[in-house]
Amino acid sequence: MEKTQILQLSAVELGRAIREGRTTAVEATEAVLEQIEKTEEQYNCYITVARERALEQAAQVQGKIESGELTGPLAGVPAAVKDNMCTEGIPTTCASRMLEGFVPGYTCEAVRRLEQAGVILVGKTNMDEFAMGSTTETSAFGVTRNPHNPRHVPGGSSGGSAAAVAAGECFFALGSDTGGSIRQPASHCGVVGMKPTYGTVSRYGLVAYGSSLDQIGPLGKTVEDCAAVLELIAAHDEKDSTSLCRQDVDFTAALKRDVEGMRIGIPRDYFGEGLEEEVAAAVRFAAEELRICGAVVEEFDLSLVEYAIPAYYTIAAAEASSNLERFDGVKYGYRAKDAEGLHQMYRRSRSEGFGPEVKRRIMLGSFVLSSGYYDAYYLKALKVKALIKKAFDSAFARYDCVLGPVAPTTAPRLGESLTDSLRMYLGDIYTISVNLAGLPGISLPCGTDSRGLPIGLQLIGDCFAEKKLLQAAYTFEQSREG
Amino acid sequence: MRKEYETVIGLEVHVELATRTKIFCGCSTAFGGRPNSHTCPVCTGMPGALPVLNRKVLEHAVAVGLATNCRITRYCRFDRKNYFYPDNPQNYQISQLYLPVCRNGYVEIETGDGGKRVGIHEIHMEEDAGKLLHDEWQGCTLVDYNRSGVPLIEIVSEPDMRSAEEVIAYLEKLRLIIQYLGASDCKLQEGSMRADVNLSVREAGTAEFGTRTEMKNLNSFRSITRAIEGERERQIDLLEAGEKVVQETRRWDEAKEVSYSMRSKEDAQDYRYFPDPDLTPVCISEEFLEEIKSRQPELPSEKRKRYREQFEIPDYDIQIITGSKHLADLFEATVELGAQPKKVSNWLMGETLRLLKEKELDPEEIRFSPEHLAALIALSESRAINSNAAKQVFEAMFEEDVDPEAYVKEKGLGMVSDENALRVTVEQVIAANPQSVEDYLGGKERALGFLVGQTMKAMKGKADPAAAGRLLKELL
Repeated sequence: MEKTQILQLSAVELGRAIREGRTTAVEATEAVLEQIEKTEEQYNCYITVARERALEQAAQVQGKIESGELTGPLAGVPAAVKDNMCTEGIPTTCASRMLEGFVPGYTCEAVRRLEQAGVILVGKTNMDEFAMGSTTETSAFGVTRNPHNPRHVPGGSSGGSAAAVAAGECFFALGSDTGGSIRQPASHCGVVGMKPTYGTVSRYGLVAYGSSLDQIGPLGKTVEDCAAVLELIAAHDEKDSTSLCRQDVDFTAALKRDVEGMRIGIPRDYFGEGLEEEVAAAVRFAAEELRICGAVVEEFDLSLVEYAIPAYYTIAAAEASSNLERFDGVKYGYRAKDAEGLHQMYRRSRSEGFGPEVKRRIMLGSFVLSSGYYDAYYLKALKVKALIKKAFDSAFARYDCVLGPVAPTTAPRLGESLTDSLRMYLGDIYTISVNLAGLPGISLPCGTDSRGLPIGLQLIGDCFAEKKLLQAAYTFEQSREG
Repeated sequence: MRKEYETVIGLEVHVELATRTKIFCGCSTAFGGRPNSHTCPVCTGMPGALPVLNRKVLEHAVAVGLATNCRITRYCRFDRKNYFYPDNPQNYQISQLYLPVCRNGYVEIETGDGGKRVGIHEIHMEEDAGKLLHDEWQGCTLVDYNRSGVPLIEIVSEPDMRSAEEVIAYLEKLRLIIQYLGASDCKLQEGSMRADVNLSVREAGTAEFGTRTEMKNLNSFRSITRAIEGERERQIDLLEAGEKVVQETRRWDEAKEVSYSMRSKEDAQDYRYFPDPDLTPVCISEEFLEEIKSRQPELPSEKRKRYREQFEIPDYDIQIITGSKHLADLFEATVELGAQPKKVSNWLMGETLRLLKEKELDPEEIRFSPEHLAALIALSESRAINSNAAKQVFEAMFEEDVDPEAYVKEKGLGMVSDENALRVTVEQVIAANPQSVEDYLGGKERALGFLVGQTMKAMKGKADPAAAGRLLKELL
């Protein structure tokens, strides 16, 4: 198969082509590596490209496919992994100076499951430092550019993963989503991204940001790809106490073009101030499309939307302030030179190792947990979290899924967001309640704005309702393609 | 004149639990491995590693809670205690603040003034830290994470104790209960049991508590006693001089027998406790509780009660024997093998305690088996050996758990009760001691004892003294 032809395939199509002998894992890996050589200088999707390792792995996997040892749908498919997932023998940086020189001796459970199924690991993708940011601009390794327009950001924090999929620098990627970090960059880069129900994918080996909100999920070219990847990585893991034991992880079974009678609710609160008109129009158009396909679509009031952002930034920052304490210069990563005494070493290593956004969130988190403020901030935020979950519960008593935008705007221009953190935080308004409530959410392309930048549609489901989401998303995707 | 003061003491006792693996990972808790050989990504705080609770830790904690009359928190949780120190690889310790596993219990203690209840405020589970090794030679500090993640419970008492004596009685009671449960070996010297003392003084008759201090680094009953006495005096001296006691943490220097200030309340860190999001809340089911209850062994007080009803042995013996799980087990197993309880108790209370004291050993270090003790008692009962020989056999058993029957045979310690052999010797003794014979016949009963002794001596201790006495009377 021609390399350009290979790059046109979806992950599932490539897997099939390899199984049928029309191409090989090695050819596919070479195609991706060539593409990386061509476009990486411009986009900067990766922090580490594991070229030699990927080629070796591809040769081995190809052998196992031919011997019948590997038969899975994604065997031989080259993929990328966000650089906050530990990979044995490959540097894992979280896009921070703080993890300089850190090479884990263990592999993230989700990545291990992929490799076990014959997926080829091409490299580790760029991200906002420790997943804190919405643009991939807080990375210590330079910004990633949006393949649809390099003057714009790819979104974040899984911006490298989304851009790599959009640029053909991999067939799919793993990202992590704490407040929208899979869905928002997927939306900005015109790919599909999915955050499963909290606990569906093991967090073992994922460097924690906000532990009670973090979930790993797929970014892919199609809904089918995301379903196939999620099916591989969703499994109970004894190493993660928050991991669920689910029997319903055969997600690809839900890929049916049928929404007849499906009840879809649109929160009026999601179409208020700050939402760009072109985005609103594209999302409403998508809802209409689903209605035409047979769904029952109606508007409703979700409520509490304005409380989601403060609650989210309180909880995520609190957990992050504690999670990031282990980065202290003692055991691994960056250590300040010539520090005098332990406390100066701590202070200087952390001051020099962390970037400004990370420091801001550590300070915010330390503040809300400090004695005298805990009840007023942290506990109150937990109460808001519980109320938001309740609001969704009552919505899901009436609807199979909730439909809305992913982000208020399309991808901002480089440098536009960092000057105004608060505005950047407000951009998470439609995604973070999903994390607070532990729900699954999917983002898929539904159009472009007048500048040609992709617009994403978000579908939110009740806990464990991934199949309904996938079915609705698949139906929309198929009907859009005609 | 100096006023009357009352000492008010509460304890925080850390107990290392006897689990095979650590509290949140599968690493071994074995003591003495090469530095950092019992570690993994979880107990060294590597990025992305996650804790998973060891069920055995919960079982031990609940068992201790039930044995100390606590209310078990059916929905409990772990919290993070945040502070930076290199022995703490995550820079937070996983502990329990908001919902500890056990609350509102008590233990009964007995002191010179009679019995008393000491309240237990709470018991919580937590992880131990690693160990820093200061290398003076290289001028650097190294860290060994083998202890990091070893499970602990912290037992926090109410401020119910009023003297060092009560504190020691409370600690001994706790230690005994925990040893009975098999939850820990509770060795103060080795650090598997550690106590911090919170102490304040107040004028006798006052209702309010004085300002308290916390004393750390107490690793023997002796240093606990000394530290309490010293701190009481220090605080009274301050108050008498019109000064105030400062709320602070003090460190006991065992060599100098003085304490010095570590940090005052003002320097106290804000630990920013919050629920650990990596660990799900622990829901303790009725079945789990029932399971632990059904496995709960007989505790010291119950055992004492049963001994009083079941065995005819003195109360003092009962106290001593039930004062060690190992002694009590040994006692019961030997009785089970058919030995008479009083005889078993005599051996334990007499020779065993004497040798333990002489060799500076704990009852837990006793090596002889109940089978061999029972065999020795049987030999002695059947008069196959006399009491001197029995003591000799026992010493050998104490040393290396020899089989008494084989030992008696090997060393030729068997008693000569053969009348003919005895008769020859007795005749010789009568012939050799005319004065004593005369005294005896003249009414001096004591002279008979001397003659028995001479007979024993002549037979190198292998004679049955009762048989010798009978024979002497007969021949005289």
